[in-house]
Amino acid sequence: MAVEPILRMKGISKSYYGTKVLDSINLSIMPGEVHGIVGENGAGKSTLMNILFGMSVIHSTGGFEGSIEIAGQPVEIKSPLQAMSLGIGMVHQEFMLLPNYSVAENIKLNREVLKPNFISRIFGPKLQSLDYDQMYADSRKALERLNIGIDEYALIAGLPVGHMQFTEIARELDKQNLRILVFDEPTAVLGESEADHLLQAIKEIAASGIAVLFITHRLNEIIEVCDNITVLRDGRHVTTKAKQDTNVIELAELMVGRSMSFATRQRQSSHQGRPIMEIKNLSVDMPGERVRGVNLTVYEGEILGIGGLAGQGKIGIANGIMGLFPTSGEVKVSGASLELNNPSASIAAGLAFMSEDRRGVGLLLDSSIELNIASGAMFGTGRFVKTWGPFSQVDQAAIRENAEKYIADLDIRCTGPKQHVRQLSGGNQQKVCIARALTMNPKILLVSEPTRGIDVGAKQLVLDTLRRLNAELGMTIVVTSSELAELRSICTRIAIITDGRVAGILRPDDSDVNFGLLMAGQPIDKGA
Amino acid sequence: MAASSRTVSGSLLHGRLAAARSFAIRNMVTIMFLVISALGYKLSGMTPFLFLMDIVARISRNAFLVLALIIPVMAGMGLNFSIVLGAMAAQAVVIFVTHWGFGGLPGVLLSMVLVTPLAAVLGLLTGNLFNRAKGQEMIAGLILGFFAQGIYELIFLQLVGGIIPMDNPAIVMSSGVGVRTTIDLTNGLKYGLDWPGQYWGNDLLLRPTLPWVIIGMAAALAVGIIIYQLRTDRRRRMSTAQLVITGAALAWACWWSVQQIQSRSQINWIRVPLLTWLVIAAACAGVHFFSKTKLGQDMRTVGQDRHVAAVAGIDVDRVRIIAIILSMVMAAWGHIIFLQNIGTFSTYGSHEQVGLYSAAALLIGGATVARATIGHGILGTVLFHTLFIVAPAAGRQLFGDAQIGEYFRVFVAYGIIGVTLAMHAWKQVLQRRSAAQ
Ligand SMILES: Nc1ncnc2c1ncn2[C@@H]1O[C@H](COP(=O)(O)OP(=O)(O)OP(=O)(O)O)[C@@H](O)[C@H]1O
Ligand SMILES: [Mg+2]
Repeated sequence: MAVEPILRMKGISKSYYGTKVLDSINLSIMPGEVHGIVGENGAGKSTLMNILFGMSVIHSTGGFEGSIEIAGQPVEIKSPLQAMSLGIGMVHQEFMLLPNYSVAENIKLNREVLKPNFISRIFGPKLQSLDYDQMYADSRKALERLNIGIDEYALIAGLPVGHMQFTEIARELDKQNLRILVFDEPTAVLGESEADHLLQAIKEIAASGIAVLFITHRLNEIIEVCDNITVLRDGRHVTTKAKQDTNVIELAELMVGRSMSFATRQRQSSHQGRPIMEIKNLSVDMPGERVRGVNLTVYEGEILGIGGLAGQGKIGIANGIMGLFPTSGEVKVSGASLELNNPSASIAAGLAFMSEDRRGVGLLLDSSIELNIASGAMFGTGRFVKTWGPFSQVDQAAIRENAEKYIADLDIRCTGPKQHVRQLSGGNQQKVCIARALTMNPKILLVSEPTRGIDVGAKQLVLDTLRRLNAELGMTIVVTSSELAELRSICTRIAIITDGRVAGILRPDDSDVNFGLLMAGQPIDKGA
Repeated sequence: MAASSRTVSGSLLHGRLAAARSFAIRNMVTIMFLVISALGYKLSGMTPFLFLMDIVARISRNAFLVLALIIPVMAGMGLNFSIVLGAMAAQAVVIFVTHWGFGGLPGVLLSMVLVTPLAAVLGLLTGNLFNRAKGQEMIAGLILGFFAQGIYELIFLQLVGGIIPMDNPAIVMSSGVGVRTTIDLTNGLKYGLDWPGQYWGNDLLLRPTLPWVIIGMAAALAVGIIIYQLRTDRRRRMSTAQLVITGAALAWACWWSVQQIQSRSQINWIRVPLLTWLVIAAACAGVHFFSKTKLGQDMRTVGQDRHVAAVAGIDVDRVRIIAIILSMVMAAWGHIIFLQNIGTFSTYGSHEQVGLYSAAALLIGGATVARATIGHGILGTVLFHTLFIVAPAAGRQLFGDAQIGEYFRVFVAYGIIGVTLAMHAWKQVLQRRSAAQ
């Protein structure tokens, strides 16, 4: 039986302000197929999906060329509303959630369950009342399909990012007419176990006959769930392959257009400096990532890794130290006691933080790249500001020079340091975040998930930059990451967090078995 | 085990303290005004009778106007200073209705009917303008008010009596062109809604005394809360603490009222304009009902994030225009209520303060540019006008000059708006700054 493709995109081209970002892309997918799309940061993946979803950025910048067919019918998709009525759902790369609404209100956004009342019978359906009970019940059902324990009554503000992500997915699942579902880097904000969970959900969604378009930078996820994979490079269609005909290495090479080496250097344990930060009995009340009494010493000049499974509390440590969630315990920086629950005190003590929650937050989207990179240092330490008595002036030349350096080091794909951050691809926005934290030149840098959402090629650049800053400037770095391989390639020591406490501290070259045991909460038998 | 329970209780305590602190910070303005009002009342040496009589009148006069500001805040458009246009429309209609010789309740109702389409059109135009100035609605509203003032003056100073014929010496100036600077509604709309019986020569109709009204309101609130508790999902019900506090407050109000009635105190002389209060209550219920409808939810969605709303398929511009239309119509009705209570108005000046004073009242009640509730509106009306009542007397007591108290309240009205807007801007800077770190 020859099934017709549910979606066919033909000859799609798109330019932004004269730069061609997509060049005659063809794509077709069958009902029930999971189709992966991979490509470097800025390759045009999100742009292609925005076209499919009728996003206004596309139409306000001159539209696109090419045609789209859904189930064999040519369609013109002019707005997200139209896309939704055609059965297209999209989980965007940046969150589309309202923080002051409950999970259920977000799931039912603009699809609220309504019941008529006296007034609405006279003045029209827009005045129907919201049927909250039904909205909560429906949301519960959608969340249960994902098999995830999120409270549908909770406000979005204050949820861990992983839960926000699942809320967005539940929203799509709740749509009854769904035929095509787009995931734009859904796993970028998830820990490994949450990501596995999501992949499982994707398989089930596809099994129910919905076509899934899946974008991610974690190539092994692609291999795990996709039936076919399309590779984009610089806005051009490189190839489309069936899963069984390819592998991670080949995909990576096709993406970047050159062969890559995956040799991970293991770091020599260098000498231990003086203790620079002492953490005693730290408890952090971060929903979903609770810390319950961590004791840890950070030594000057080291790169300390913090690893562990999602939900065990590793994310909470840095957030607590920076005063972002209610915290108790004791933290000493260079021997001086740090005032907890006060972000400015933490910054004043010479700490800088790059949060794991980077999507859409933290960047001034309508300011230039160079200003964004410099802003942290300007507000925090007064760098780039020249004072003349009562007057102060921003040192434009220094800001420019610094931005250009990081654009080169981290390979930020942009038209120049003056480009607005809003116009960058998601991954390149993240690189700007990293550059900003590094520019603050702190005594201790806390980075969480430094390579999330960043393509395989650029990952190495980011890690190399961290390593270089550590070696050249002697910057102490605390890296929190759910990717163990990444920690093992740059850290001197790795603390594994289980159940909100330090389960043990390992060297990067310790055996996989030991890492596995600690993560599972088993003590290591020292004698073995 | 012991250690972990200690840290948990430690963080709980910390949470409580932090919550109390942030409650105080969030409600700083309201708390400050509670204190100032209480002090002013003490200083003024007023009797409860005089004070209550005045505050009852002022609530009837102003509460509806304040409620008109809530819906645009919901839609993320800030304080809608353009309600001045609605007030001008109300005055224009009242002038004509008076000219045609209508009065009393029929006159008030006729004015409300006639002003509705006019205010809706003005709201439509204003909404379109605001859509072109997204994020600058408050400034745009203020400037629009000045602009409209010019047109209004042109019409009523130059055209009425000239191009628009009106032959009525009580309204038109002796030259035959232009409307007089003050319009007297004494034999017309005055008290049309407050004491509707007067118009038909029956003075006692619908004039219950204050203690009985308080008992009635408390009973209605209690019944409302019980129904809410029974009909709502367990998770969204009021907490026990909230119930106890509300119950105690209602019980105290009833007890106090019963005492007044039994002691036959002067308070029993205070009569409440029942119809007006019912209209205000209906407006509260209406705004509350509206916020739980699809359109209300759309407004709150747009108010939180226009981009997310648009991606979810909401017609953002349309929702914003509807918000302004509703606000404008409510403001026009509110101003008619205001005028019938005052009984006389200055043709070229009575509308001027409407936007500013209503906004100040709402802010004093604890609202912000981003969040306003019915409770904020009512509490703010009471506090702001308490200040109006006690300031002159307190000024006389303190400085031997009532005028100083007068200055003080004007200063407060403008000051509070200035400070709130500055605080709003400052908060945004702080957010940017913390985002930058
Ligand atoms: N609104 C915009 N205005 C101008 N240029 C834009 C805009 N949005 C994206 N671009 C440019 O289009 C190109 C493709 O961006 P796109 O967001 O599609 O990349 P991506 O493949 O999704 O990358 P990532 O993996 O980083 O998310 C980039 O060069 C980006 O700078
Ligand atoms: Mg993208």
